[in-house]
Amino acid sequence: MSTTLPPAENPSPAEPALAEGTGTGLWKDAFRRLRRNPQAIAGAVIVGLFLLVAILAPLLAPYGGNDLPGRTEVTPTNIPGPGEIDEFPLGLDRFGGDLLSKLIWGAQASLMIGVISTAMGLAGGMLLGLLAGGFGGWVDSVIMRFVDILLSVPNLLLAVSIAAILGQGPYAVMIAIGVAQVPIFARLLRASMLSQRGSDYVLAAQTLGLSRSAITVSHVLPNSVGPVIVQATLTLATAVIDAAALSFLGLGGGLPQTAEWGRMLTYAQAELSGSPQLAFLPGACIAITALGFTLLGESLRESLDPKTRQK
Amino acid sequence: MLRVIGKRLALLVPTLFGLSILLFIWVRNLPGGPATALLGERATPEAVERVNELYGFNEPIVVQYFTYMGKLLQGDFGVSINTGRPVLEEFATRFPATLELTTVALIFAIGIGIPLGYVAARRYGSFVDHGSVVLSLLGITVPVFFLAFIFKYFFAIQWPILPPDGRQDPRINATHVTDFYVLDGILTGEYDAAWDAFLHLILPGIALGTIPLAIIVRITRASVLEVQNADYVRTARSKGLLEKTIRNRFILRNAMLPVVTTIGLQLGLLISGAILTETVFAFNGIGRFLRDAIFGLDYPVLQGFIIFIAVLYAFINLIVDLSYSIIDPRVRVQ
Repeated sequence: MSTTLPPAENPSPAEPALAEGTGTGLWKDAFRRLRRNPQAIAGAVIVGLFLLVAILAPLLAPYGGNDLPGRTEVTPTNIPGPGEIDEFPLGLDRFGGDLLSKLIWGAQASLMIGVISTAMGLAGGMLLGLLAGGFGGWVDSVIMRFVDILLSVPNLLLAVSIAAILGQGPYAVMIAIGVAQVPIFARLLRASMLSQRGSDYVLAAQTLGLSRSAITVSHVLPNSVGPVIVQATLTLATAVIDAAALSFLGLGGGLPQTAEWGRMLTYAQAELSGSPQLAFLPGACIAITALGFTLLGESLRESLDPKTRQK
Repeated sequence: MLRVIGKRLALLVPTLFGLSILLFIWVRNLPGGPATALLGERATPEAVERVNELYGFNEPIVVQYFTYMGKLLQGDFGVSINTGRPVLEEFATRFPATLELTTVALIFAIGIGIPLGYVAARRYGSFVDHGSVVLSLLGITVPVFFLAFIFKYFFAIQWPILPPDGRQDPRINATHVTDFYVLDGILTGEYDAAWDAFLHLILPGIALGTIPLAIIVRITRASVLEVQNADYVRTARSKGLLEKTIRNRFILRNAMLPVVTTIGLQLGLLISGAILTETVFAFNGIGRFLRDAIFGLDYPVLQGFIIFIAVLYAFINLIVDLSYSIIDPRVRVQ
């Protein structure tokens, strides 16, 4: 089977697309198409770059995230901009923090919140979706009504309400965004499982005498997760944006100079006319990260979509 | 038709009932309990006790719930902790501002989104098509508050052609009848006031409108792409119908179904976006009021707003479903 795949180092575009039914797995096939899609590569490069920066932040950043190395250089009327002081290539913020260091540490904070909250939303949503889709009947009704209630409140408002109970801080933001994502994953997995219910392979498994839970977990579930995984990749983009929005509104907690992209935008507001870079650079970081996840998610969706698969 | 409306309204009851229970639990779980949320963290035990007595927080939980429900059903959402005025009254004075803003945002998004999506699909693979794909990608990934900053910097600070914040120039002594400032200016004949209020709406409106714009472009493009090669379009063409007739009666009408649903679903995004946009542009609407409510832990305001939005959401979905039967005769038959 693997011999039919082009070598990993040199994916040849001339390789004819495999006809359906030659035995390549769905995911392997999708991955092969992903590697040829420039959109997917661009997304992967962006995400990879930011992940690298986030992981290597302690090595890359000249100063600590919450340090104020330029405290003495900043006066209320003068905030040194890019290139004005050699030690601070991108300039300082109003607290005297080094903008470059804060952007680097901000990558860590934002990606961590995005990834962890999406993981929580995914886990919670898949559990609810699995229960609803697997059991059906009243379990399904109760869970779906609950999901409907959560969906009747706009996402950001739901996250804000949850953060109000938990208090301010990065963990509150993570949990709030995670919970706000539960409904979409639950709905998606349930719908995807329901569409598999009448399939031939389910019937075959039933004829073989497999138990209902075994069929659900080891046959229906693996065949239903495709759309959920695509959504999770796309949700990472929204999670990064929403996390920044919650911090921007001031729900992030901690010190005012905390290195977090959304927070940096809050304090850039007053300095917009004099030091626009304080708003533009963290904003651009949020947008580019979100773009990376979106490109990756979109191309993953395309490569899993049976309509475009033959291409 | 009436039966459909009745059925949909009946379905709303369990959702709102569930929501009210969740909100009730939410308020009871606020840090330090509802009394502390009302009085602040430095409240003395005596004061907390007095508030508990006054608001009935010492009663059994079931009694509390029914008292709370009774008040909600009478439209009593309580009193704002921050301002001391009834929540409904606060909403009534601020909601017109947000409605004005979201209307401008939606008009912008629909007015540009549908034609752009249509042209992109009809000229599949062209420059316009690629441009629309890039535009919609940017609209989804650029956070609305960041876009608001960019607009404000370039069009209000760098080249001051539009006002940077507020709803109206404070130097204009405008009469306010409806609290929709543009409408007020037109009604009272103070056209300069209406024009000024409109100028104040442009930047926040466009910033807020970019997310729905991106989504409307995408859906319209995808939908037109699917419909334009349908058999009935080919039949219409082979009958020799005018291209204009084919476009209006066959392609657009069928392609609009998913677009209408999508526009209805933008409400949540618009409200969330309004909180952020109004913060950047110091636009005194419900979004900014909510932001203050979040900080002051003004739970009667938050609670009232969540219920208000849930009901509004449900009604908009109902209107979307009903508009289906106008656009699509197949739905009408059932």
